[in-house]
Amino acid sequence: MTQAEAKPGDGQGTRWLARIWPLVPIIAALLFTTVLLVIFGASPIESYSAMFQGAFGGQDRTLSVLAFWIPLLLASAGLLVAFTAGLWNIGVEGQIVMGAIAASWVALTVSLPAPLQITLELIAAMAAGALWAALSAVLKTRGKVHEIFSGLALNNLAIILTNYLISGPWQPPEGGSFRGTEPFADAALLTRFADSRLSPLSLLLAAIAIFFVYMALRGTFWGLKLKALGRNAYSAFLLGVSSERQTILAMAFCGALAGLGGAVRVLSWFDSLRQSISGGIGFLALLVVMLASYRVLWVPLIALFFSAVLNGSVTLQLRTQLHSSLGGILTGVMVLFVLLFGDPGKLGIGGGKKGGEAGPMDTATSHVEQSGSGVPGAD
Amino acid sequence: MSEAELIRILASIIIQSAPLMIAVCGEVITERAGVVNLSLDGTMLMTAMAGFVIALQTDSVLTGFLVAAVIGALFAFIVAFGSIRLRQSQVAIGFVLTLLGDDLSAFLGQNYSRMPGPLVEHLGIPLLKDIPVLGPIFFDHDLVVYFAFVLVGITWWFMNRTQPGLHLRGAGERPEAAFARGVDVNRLRYLYTILGGALVGIAGAAYSLDVKLGWSDGHVRGFGWIALAIVIFGGWSPLKGALGAILFGATKALATALQRQFPEVSVVAFNALPWLMMIFVLLVSSSDLTERFITLLPRRLQRPMNRLLRVAPPLALGTRFEEK
Repeated sequence: MTQAEAKPGDGQGTRWLARIWPLVPIIAALLFTTVLLVIFGASPIESYSAMFQGAFGGQDRTLSVLAFWIPLLLASAGLLVAFTAGLWNIGVEGQIVMGAIAASWVALTVSLPAPLQITLELIAAMAAGALWAALSAVLKTRGKVHEIFSGLALNNLAIILTNYLISGPWQPPEGGSFRGTEPFADAALLTRFADSRLSPLSLLLAAIAIFFVYMALRGTFWGLKLKALGRNAYSAFLLGVSSERQTILAMAFCGALAGLGGAVRVLSWFDSLRQSISGGIGFLALLVVMLASYRVLWVPLIALFFSAVLNGSVTLQLRTQLHSSLGGILTGVMVLFVLLFGDPGKLGIGGGKKGGEAGPMDTATSHVEQSGSGVPGAD
Repeated sequence: MSEAELIRILASIIIQSAPLMIAVCGEVITERAGVVNLSLDGTMLMTAMAGFVIALQTDSVLTGFLVAAVIGALFAFIVAFGSIRLRQSQVAIGFVLTLLGDDLSAFLGQNYSRMPGPLVEHLGIPLLKDIPVLGPIFFDHDLVVYFAFVLVGITWWFMNRTQPGLHLRGAGERPEAAFARGVDVNRLRYLYTILGGALVGIAGAAYSLDVKLGWSDGHVRGFGWIALAIVIFGGWSPLKGALGAILFGATKALATALQRQFPEVSVVAFNALPWLMMIFVLLVSSSDLTERFITLLPRRLQRPMNRLLRVAPPLALGTRFEEK
């Protein structure tokens, strides 16, 4: 977690190894997927070039990658805050879905001039995401239910609610197709760039979000309080940090950004509420933040890379009939590899502090210890 | 509802809960030794897929289960190795393995989706299955269901009545003390994480080869998480865990029955039941409200209610142990 800070003055040879170490997971992940492709009788070169074509072969493709990137970036920005406070907000997926539902609700029931309409939709989405996340937080602080479990249950409930809405009250007049609502009015949708799915406004919002998170975690008292809570809940308590308030605040903040991401999904990626509206973006965002090891500035880059891989693997499926989950495997193996071997300090490479400094990810574990996997009696 | 129908429903609850019981036993063993294997959902997706595909290829259900156990053990080994040897976060590794298992199972099983395949043979136990009421509910199933019940009993007996079981609990409760008594804590943690993972693997294959036949994308998604929640609700006891598994099986059966009763309510609404149940049972076992509720009960009921509802995790759960 601290390889970026490996100090000079270490052995020359291992320092060189430490420098190229970040490339090793990418190579390992590519090797793994290459083996899979060979097993399935596909040509790896053709497959990877299909993926690359799918991501960057033409303006519309690249714009799609960017459009997919935005909600991923919004959710990742929120997760940075939650992780810093030592919270495993796995419920981020459901918070995206709830944001999408709230935005759709406004789009279907209210009819205002476009700027007001959009503003209302985005605010509703952020509120819904924040509430869904706050529910997880309150279940943790008041009910001592670990956020991993409440988040998971709330994810599934949000998805079930979507399915209920599109097969029931919100089904199109021509009958329930189970696929989605009817398209929203043009005034309710975000303006998109050149016939693509990319909305410039959402790009701006995502940029503001990541900048805000960067500044908040870097130089504000709030960021400091979150870090204190994440590193050691007990000393945070001694410092007078209200762990309940900060937990709810961090979760709600993350939920609001995730909800905004959900709104972007329905208002610019699609034009209606669909069955799998999030498409796993929340889980992907968790991987992004784990891979970035909390270095905020790495998050946009990694998210962009993941977006390209996932979009590319859809093209792979269209061209070669291979399942598009290959993209997920590539990103998953990469993150697993970084988690296991990514910290050269812990492996004794590059002379990083042995054992590493306790980073938030470590603390996330001790968080489980403290609240005993969502169980009482521990405190 | 006729008596025959009620018996049929109860029997189906027992079948539904068998794989969950196996997974819960596996995770209880792992967590009582002090390690959290959070990868259950991904592991079970992988082994449901692999068990089905291998059984279909080799035409042997047993081979399917064996391969599933090996894959489950392998996933668990990664968690153990990453947390014990490489000193990384168990939760993070387990979670990534969950997602990875999901995607890997979808990719590797893509050519075997929605295919008919082999299944575990029905095997009623002679004499026992003829007992009125109890016979058809408990003794007219197949080996997987019997295995689940026997496993629950053996796990309880092993952990509470044997010397190695004592060492297992020592590694999870007081690793320093166990170490001082000559127990190789980390070796035991490897061993029981891998053993638990193998059982979780068998549970995954129990779905695709017995309870929820066949394979398709995301076939058993969610069951791993439910098993993890049951471990907590069951207070890390195999017996209470088995009860929790039956409770969830019953919830499913209830949802199906309600759906038949009220066809005008959307099907999807009933799908919410297990997840509402998950939050509810965790609240019951964890929140302070339960404690307050128990103190309102008559004195004599307080102790048994406490034992039934309140849970405490193994003291050293999820912590690292370093030999000094």
